[in-house]
Amino acid sequence: MIMRYADPFDTLFAFQQALENRQLSDWLGSSTAGMGSYPPINVFQQGDDLVAIIELPGVNKAEINIQAKGDTIRIAGRKSIDYPEDVSLHRRERLSGAFDRTLVVPMQIEPDAIKAEYNNGLLALFIPRAEQDKPRTIQIR
Amino acid sequence: MPGQQELQVQQKREVEKAQEATRPMRAFLPNTDIFETEDTLTLVLEMPGVDRENIDLNVENGVLTVEGRIDFNKYAGLQPVYSEYNVGPYRRSFRISGMIDQDKITAELSDGVITLVLPKAERAKPRRIAIG
Repeated sequence: MIMRYADPFDTLFAFQQALENRQLSDWLGSSTAGMGSYPPINVFQQGDDLVAIIELPGVNKAEINIQAKGDTIRIAGRKSIDYPEDVSLHRRERLSGAFDRTLVVPMQIEPDAIKAEYNNGLLALFIPRAEQDKPRTIQIR
Repeated sequence: MPGQQELQVQQKREVEKAQEATRPMRAFLPNTDIFETEDTLTLVLEMPGVDRENIDLNVENGVLTVEGRIDFNKYAGLQPVYSEYNVGPYRRSFRISGMIDQDKITAELSDGVITLVLPKAERAKPRRIAIG
């Protein structure tokens, strides 16, 4: 279901709707550990592999700690906000503090081959599916 | 204590439409901090996923509008299977009145957070008033 439309605005809206349709979908199965906690995660399929895109604006890259073991990925860290001294705060909507959540992926993955990128406040995890877990075409003799 | 608590997810708030949009696309309000010093007013907006070249700043009739577009091409070939947040452009407007020197506004983007420093016009700066 790769979306291609002539009108880019249609593409965007279709993409937003596709995300909404997958909102808290049962794709994670029974492994709902950490569901809905910070930071929010979107998971995409890209061919056989997975891409998780996580919103973490304003977090120092060095403060993000990612661990993977088996089918479990842990994302922990701290978001700090420093206000200069002697300011009067008019509005404060950004939150800071510690975070620690796990994502249990409902398929076999290669935890050692996960790649992470942090750009513009988005953390992207490229999660390769385990070779033995990939679907195979079976020839009929 | 701020900084010690465990972080909670903030649901994205959609931009309330002042006019009916001609496109059905959704836009979101960036979470914003605003603070003031003697010389400046600083706005800090969270717009994760927005590239520097996709930010528009505009001052018109005393209203500062910040817009950040998402490059959806980065999502090409990705099929969503599980979602906890939606993705879309960010938009927010602030009335800044005459107290700001509009020509001297500066902006800086870092890790998906844009910081706008709005210097106060000379006449708007606080003055110590001596008691005669």
